[in-house]
Amino acid sequence: MSESRNETLPQRREVARPGADHWQPTAEWPAVRLRADLLRRARDFFHEHQFLEVETPLLSSETIVDAELEPIGVTIGENGENEETFWLQTSPELCMKRLLSAGAEAIFQITRGFRKEESGPLHNPEFTLMEWYRTGDGMEEGMGLLSDLFQRLMQTNPAKRLSYRDAFLEYAQIDPFEAEPAAYAQIATANGLAVPAQLGDEIDDWRNLLLLELVMPHLGQSEPVILFNYPASQAALAEIRNDPHPVAERFELFYQGIELANGYHELRDPHELRRRTEEANRQRVAQGKRLLPPSRRLEAAMRAGFPRAAGVALGVDRLVLLAAGKKELAEVMTFPFDRA
Amino acid sequence: MATYNTSDFRKGLKVQIDGEPYLVIESNFRKPGKGNAIYTLRMKNLVRGTVLERNYKGGESIEAADVEETEGQFLYRQGENYVFMDTANYEQYELSSEQLGDAWKYLKDGTLCQMILFESNPITITPPNHVVLKVEYCEPGAKGNTATNVTKPVKMETGAEIHCPAFVEMGELIRVDTRTGEYIERVKE
Repeated sequence: MSESRNETLPQRREVARPGADHWQPTAEWPAVRLRADLLRRARDFFHEHQFLEVETPLLSSETIVDAELEPIGVTIGENGENEETFWLQTSPELCMKRLLSAGAEAIFQITRGFRKEESGPLHNPEFTLMEWYRTGDGMEEGMGLLSDLFQRLMQTNPAKRLSYRDAFLEYAQIDPFEAEPAAYAQIATANGLAVPAQLGDEIDDWRNLLLLELVMPHLGQSEPVILFNYPASQAALAEIRNDPHPVAERFELFYQGIELANGYHELRDPHELRRRTEEANRQRVAQGKRLLPPSRRLEAAMRAGFPRAAGVALGVDRLVLLAAGKKELAEVMTFPFDRA
Repeated sequence: MATYNTSDFRKGLKVQIDGEPYLVIESNFRKPGKGNAIYTLRMKNLVRGTVLERNYKGGESIEAADVEETEGQFLYRQGENYVFMDTANYEQYELSSEQLGDAWKYLKDGTLCQMILFESNPITITPPNHVVLKVEYCEPGAKGNTATNVTKPVKMETGAEIHCPAFVEMGELIRVDTRTGEYIERVKE
């Protein structure tokens, strides 16, 4: 091998973004119009239900601390002393909940979320979220409102409710609250799944592999499905109910195998919020990710008093994709990230 | 050795798995909203043409394949082997007819091909999309028949046979699409 060959070894990121000549939008006009129509009808729905439309910062000093959500940091200031990192929000959750503590009763927002390195047919690092909260609601009411909205927007039947455990029992033949990693591995092998070499023995990593590969493809093939009662270890910021198997009062809507919305009966306890944030940061450090600032302002809001409430975030780009019968987000976004 | 991290994964990368070079033909990212991501690669083996699908966890990395594209000029045939010269450094390589696949049908002295080297050994040869070859032998065509839907077998100067319209004559030059193996048109000298 000559010297020049050594220098031409593949470089990282050798595949470039499309050039400047790719200036056109990737969505066709009918999809752009469909998006506008869905947004208008969603606003109509929320106004009819006495929801107040609100706006909260996209760029904030705090961000959701989650082991598997990577925010994009923006550094403000010129020299080292004045520099401060702000975070493009992965969802408007923190600030919308502070509004609940400040007296809001029913609020919604249609805004952008940012998630670093999430790129794929159903992911774009910048995306549109519809997020709403209503006080007085628990998981049951939260699921009901989500089903009503979805039915209205997509002209589907009401969503079918399916517990996380029943979904795994039915489609993966495994009890997600009892099984050990070895049992998940066995199911994966029996179904011919390609198991990542470094999956390890985190039970939630195994649950998510089977969810993606074996469970999700079945969800919402006729009517939409709401999965609920998630494992307590996947509670994020949902209340945990102390059943024989403790479950998170968290729910997700799926349609045609695609995950569309995530909702919680909202956690209210500031001490538990701090405990979960610290735990998420511990997991982040163990995975070699950076520490994220604790959610001090939401903690303070919870100490001041946080009402019983349910909240949901719904991915608008995926909603448009399903309504338009498309396969990739680029077909329903004017300028996806590689043309942004 | 260069490596690719899951965040580098995309279509077109050349990677090495179990010592063999693969071209990524599809790269997929899936992730539950709350949960770990799974990266899926569909890859084509650059030597054998077989397709492999693998899943990766975020943060995993795989070796980049020491694969290089260069221009190889076909020099001559030596028994069952074909000899090419890398036009960048004049290095010569021999490929077996098995390695060449159908490419031999379109090779005449001096043809410039795309040559892919893996760890400095040629693994595939791709002739230009269009080549011009001389008709060595064919049955005479019916005079005045300009229809293109009547075809006949024609033997080209490389020894390979191709189907051409009936009006093509011996000694004429024809342009051939090497990707489909189809006749395109006659070429004036």
